[in-house]
Amino acid sequence: MNVRESARFAVRGVTANPMRTALTTLGILIGVAAVIILVAVGNGSSAAVKESLSRLGSNTLTVQASQGGTGGRAGGFGGFGGAPGEVSSGTRTRTAELTLDDAEALTDATLAPHVLRVAPRVSASSVTATYDGATHTVSTFLGTSPSYLTINDDSVQKGETLTAEDWTGRRRVALVGSSVAEDLVGGDGLDAVGKTVQFDGIGFTVVGVLTDKGSTGPQDEDDRVIAPLTAVQDTLTGYGSLSAISVQAKDADSVATAQAEIEDVLNSRHHVTSDDADYSIQNPTSLLTAVTSTSQTFTVLLASVAAISLLVGGIGVMNIMLVTVTERTREIGIRKAIGARRGDIVGQFLLEAVLLSLFGGVMGVLVGLAGSRFEIVGVRPVVSASSVALAFGVAVGTGLFFGLYPANRAAALRPIEALRYE
Amino acid sequence: MTGARVPRPVLDLRGVTKVFGAGDTAVHALGGVDLVVDRGEYVAVMGASGSGKSTLMNIVGCLDVPTRGRYLLDGVDTRRLDEGRQAMVRNRKIGFVFQSFNLVPRTSAQSNVELPLAYAGVRLAQRRERAAAALARVGLADRGHHLPSELSGGQQQRVAIARALVTEPVLLLADEPTGALDSRSTREVLDLFDDVSAGGRTILVITHEEEVAERAHRVVRFRDGHIVSDERRAPRGARAAAAGGAA
Repeated sequence: MNVRESARFAVRGVTANPMRTALTTLGILIGVAAVIILVAVGNGSSAAVKESLSRLGSNTLTVQASQGGTGGRAGGFGGFGGAPGEVSSGTRTRTAELTLDDAEALTDATLAPHVLRVAPRVSASSVTATYDGATHTVSTFLGTSPSYLTINDDSVQKGETLTAEDWTGRRRVALVGSSVAEDLVGGDGLDAVGKTVQFDGIGFTVVGVLTDKGSTGPQDEDDRVIAPLTAVQDTLTGYGSLSAISVQAKDADSVATAQAEIEDVLNSRHHVTSDDADYSIQNPTSLLTAVTSTSQTFTVLLASVAAISLLVGGIGVMNIMLVTVTERTREIGIRKAIGARRGDIVGQFLLEAVLLSLFGGVMGVLVGLAGSRFEIVGVRPVVSASSVALAFGVAVGTGLFFGLYPANRAAALRPIEALRYE
Repeated sequence: MTGARVPRPVLDLRGVTKVFGAGDTAVHALGGVDLVVDRGEYVAVMGASGSGKSTLMNIVGCLDVPTRGRYLLDGVDTRRLDEGRQAMVRNRKIGFVFQSFNLVPRTSAQSNVELPLAYAGVRLAQRRERAAAALARVGLADRGHHLPSELSGGQQQRVAIARALVTEPVLLLADEPTGALDSRSTREVLDLFDDVSAGGRTILVITHEEEVAERAHRVVRFRDGHIVSDERRAPRGARAAAAGGAA
């Protein structure tokens, strides 16, 4: 009696009751498909975030103000030339500020030789754009310097880009993303060039339409307006602190060096040390690490929910196998009477359980792969081969594990009693 | 078999006792049975229900072991066998025929007959051939692909007999083989047994029907776990005479 014989009997056992087999395998199918699809969604969302991060460029650093150190240390800001906001000295916490001077200082070629470009940024929130009766709420209204466009790898698909003269002349000009342009002037939005659009009632002349960035996940990257920082401070935000400073290092290899230089410059300007810094520097690697670990947690969470459904499917297999063994007690008695050994019976019923889960696993993989082709809650799922292999392996292992007990129970039946069973 | 040497008996039971339960509730199903059945004999074991004949059948069929006493099947002491070897003995030396046919359901007649060969490890091609031959021998050559549910009771029992004989066992062990059959099917099955016996195979039939016992060459009667009579009969009719001649 070999495995092929056991397999033959097992196939016969499984096909004898198609409805029951289908329902039992459905449990495994759902489990496997859920694991594959949910892991793919997790992967997809992390891939989307990574992609948008990589668009920032691998040698870009972002300096942001953060809650500073506590204690009696007063924030001494050198408010020369620029226009620093209110500094509340003497309180236990203070609001950190990044100023135009900070940005200016970073361009110093001797103090920060590895810094290539610096772009100060201010952003105005919930700005409403109106043009000729059409309105649009801009999700990102950014005031910055022309170098930002270089750092951020932005270009215009029509019109002209921002220039140094726009900055120094405090000109009210703007570049608009295609989503904004389309809403305001209709069509493909390219006609927006040359028009004067009211942003919260302040007229800016659109000089160019930004090249599409596409959307990653739920965020529309083309719903934005870029204008000279000077003009934005004049009109929309006032002369407060910067929201961030974008810094481009000389090349990808000097990012760490550039970051150290920025820290030195800002520490001395803000009279802080790296331990109680009132700003934070995000570099693409640390951001990527943070995002990756977050999305991994997310993926693991999804996978464990799916794994539970796989477990439930396995218990379903065990349940049905116990029923099968009870139902076929007499058959087991017959087989034993005519010479089946313990191993033959174990093999037959174990294989039956494995066949159920194998079938469920194969179907689950197919359904999972098919399901992963669709966009789910704005995320394009990315199927990972390891999740497919794992889900399938666990499904078959589940059959093996949960089939073991019923199979042994069948094999342990004594032939006389089994034959007498009605 | 010209009698040059005495063949060992197929069944050799010495003081076989079977007790179920223990203490005050103990039931002595068999109380020291001595029985020797030689090769080629056709024995009917008779007795009312509760006489111990089913217990005897289980012990003879290696489905159960005696509490005391010794039982040699074809020279093999069955008490020394572990579970796996018991299964092998059942497979190689005994062909079972049950009252309720006991074919594996949803499995064709051909596959049912192949089953003992499969457990014996016979190759598929040879198995097919031998099973088909066994089915032909019981007159069901054209019913191989039928399921048990598509066959009459008599046909099912003949399939069971084919399954019992396909391994060429030393003993055909039948437990009330005609108990669930009408009189015509009963005659068919008994005629088949006559043929098998004529072929030289040892048969032990457990029954309470005189009609069945009449065909046997030897009738052993049981009561309360003991043998009360053991009579050999003159072979009945020309067919039985031919059987003697063949031996």
